[in-house]
Amino acid sequence: MLHTLAVLVENNPGVLARISGLFARRAYNIYSLTVCQTENPSISLMTIVVEGDSQVIEQVTKQLHKLVVVHKVSNLSEEAVVDRELALIRVKVRSDTRLEVLQTVDIFRGRVVDMGRSNLTIELTGDEDKINAFIRTMRPYGILELVRTGKIAVARSDN
Amino acid sequence: MNKLIDGTLIARDPETVWEDEESLSATAGIGAKVLLDVLANEGVEVIFGYPGGSLLTLYDALLDSPIRHVLPRHEQTCVHAADAYARISGKVGVCMATSGPGAANLVTGIANAYMDSIPIVIITGQVPTHLLGSDSFQEVDITGMTFPITKHSYLVKDAEDIPRIVKEAFHIAGTGRPGPVLIDLPKNIIAAEVTDPRPPKVSLKSYKFFTKGNSGQVEEAAKALAQSKKPVVYAGGGVITSGAGPVLRELIEKADIPVVTTLMGIGSVPSGHTNLLGMVGMHGTITANLAVNDCDLLIAVGVRFDDRVTSGLKHRFATKAKVIHIDIDPAEIGKVIRTQIPIVGDARLVLEELFQKVIPPDIPEWWEQLRRWQKEYPLQYEQDGHLNPQTILETMGKVGGENAIVTTDVGQHQMWAAQFYPVRSSRQFITSAGLGTMGFGFPAAIGAQIAKPDRLVFLVTGDGSFQMNIQELATTVQYQLPIKIILMNNGVLGMVRQWQKMFYNERFSQIQLHANPDFIKVAEAYGIPGIRVESPEQVETALQKALAIPGPVLIDFIISPDEVVLPMVPPGKAITEILGGNV
Ligand SMILES: Cc1ncc(C[n+]2csc(CCOP(=O)(O)OP(=O)(O)O)c2C)c(N)n1
Ligand SMILES: [Mg+2]
Repeated sequence: MLHTLAVLVENNPGVLARISGLFARRAYNIYSLTVCQTENPSISLMTIVVEGDSQVIEQVTKQLHKLVVVHKVSNLSEEAVVDRELALIRVKVRSDTRLEVLQTVDIFRGRVVDMGRSNLTIELTGDEDKINAFIRTMRPYGILELVRTGKIAVARSDN
Repeated sequence: MNKLIDGTLIARDPETVWEDEESLSATAGIGAKVLLDVLANEGVEVIFGYPGGSLLTLYDALLDSPIRHVLPRHEQTCVHAADAYARISGKVGVCMATSGPGAANLVTGIANAYMDSIPIVIITGQVPTHLLGSDSFQEVDITGMTFPITKHSYLVKDAEDIPRIVKEAFHIAGTGRPGPVLIDLPKNIIAAEVTDPRPPKVSLKSYKFFTKGNSGQVEEAAKALAQSKKPVVYAGGGVITSGAGPVLRELIEKADIPVVTTLMGIGSVPSGHTNLLGMVGMHGTITANLAVNDCDLLIAVGVRFDDRVTSGLKHRFATKAKVIHIDIDPAEIGKVIRTQIPIVGDARLVLEELFQKVIPPDIPEWWEQLRRWQKEYPLQYEQDGHLNPQTILETMGKVGGENAIVTTDVGQHQMWAAQFYPVRSSRQFITSAGLGTMGFGFPAAIGAQIAKPDRLVFLVTGDGSFQMNIQELATTVQYQLPIKIILMNNGVLGMVRQWQKMFYNERFSQIQLHANPDFIKVAEAYGIPGIRVESPEQVETALQKALAIPGPVLIDFIISPDEVVLPMVPPGKAITEILGGNV
């Protein structure tokens, strides 16, 4: 099962290496990892999607806590969260498919951010399922390039 | 300094609260000087170090520091000696090496300290900051290389951070589950001015550890013990680290329950204690292993269920037992074995509380069973007129007295020492357990003797291991360390040979040490007297003679390459399948 961990870490050089090294060394499978700044410039947020049963996740969490650079680890899979991912996708188009592709982009509430003679670049945000579904629909047209950010998430407010 | 963040006043208390200023002798100056001042204020008395280009400024400042510096002949010795110094003294050990090859030579020793949770602070020189990352002369990314084997590390980029970082390093190394902390110091940083040498009080919001255990859980543990019919205490290195040896002894006496120790836990209960069943695991006693296998309550204290104990078979280890696991590191709980009563905390504090609450269980049948096993499967060896390693160790125990320190190398001799040397107290038996580092023993003997100049230090080593750091004979002489070197000379890599003999159909491969030198002549070349012993009758006289000589002595004990360490749980087999006692 996939778990989303929100890990608050010190914003220092070497922190990413410490964290990724820990996962590699202990053979924990990282599905995706994003790093971003927080409102506190000395703290970064890592959103790590990791695969494992509850025992593995407990170990991952405890091992992360042991790193002096780690301030807090929350398992967002245990809470109600809003999560999003951003994808940029360049798709092949011909004159006879262009309209179809544009309509699909519309249905998925994506945006065309760049347009060439024979291809379109589409920006799409959403949860993982939505992005996967969109990618599936685009595949027959020919995906030339695909970039995904990996998941970021915040807990929903309780009220 | 208070800081305004988003209109809220955040008190940055840590940086405004200073240590008692009068007790600090640190004055402004260059990084190197301030570093040594702060180390001295931390109570550091000795640094095991080896100089080089990036540390020239530091070695210059050292001339004006009260801290003693010991110069071994290899950086590996610096780190192992600091490690053993810490194991013996309970203080944080300190070692130092120059950038590049010097730092790289420390790596094995850092891993060794990490595996056995030993508090050391490692100081490495580094190339100047403007050359970092450019593959400059003698540059290695030592912080990067040691991420997996340090508790924490620092690459110092601003000399003003030195006081804070040093204080933090000692705090992190020495508290919670101890471990090595590395400080990498670029050459220009140790030469830069530090205007404020006062270290702030340590404030690490992200570094926490438990001390007292949860009282409800301790209560549960006491209840489980009162109800158990077959309890066993399984004591490890954490007992020694936390100083829980004495209270553990009181506990097992008050409750009258049996105890087994790991290799790291040797000495936590004195050898010969009626409740001690011996070491558990691969070369443990049969009784200890059968007891763990059969118990209904396993009280694990300061242990990590290492595969040398469990054979890596978690589903076949202590399967009938409810498990109480007391450890300061929450990550150890549930890592290997499912635990019914976890207690996160300092072993001493938890055991003290448990001692208060304990109700002795009624277990006469269990004791009867244990005594039967002990009678049936004693730790024994054949006395056939040959010079047995076991005899040497028992005689050492006799002539060496209660207080002798023993450090070991790695191999058969190490296991015989663990089985047969009568260790009476904590911090007396120093061995490389988790990493099993050949070459550890001699540096460890040096660190131990420097920590305790007045105590007798035995090094138990093998002809293979000894040659991994044999150059330290010079250090021994230079610092007049009266180490008694007990060389178990079997002409082979004995432990490897034993595995080839037992599990590879005696297909011996690369275990002969054909060109071994005459070790006595080698010792003599350094001015160290040597004694050769070839028969059991000579053992006691030779040891007594060695002890009568005030300085270091090497005794070359010629033993058979055919000796095997028994009992033995074959690799990958359950502990009930132990060999060497016809179970
Ligand atoms: C640095 C290192 N290299 C290799 C090994 C693997 N190893 C374990 S025991 C051993 C043989 C040790 O020989 P010796 O020191 O003569 O001791 P003996 O077993 O003969 O008593 C070897 C090679 C090790 N533990 N450490
Ligand atoms: Mg040997």
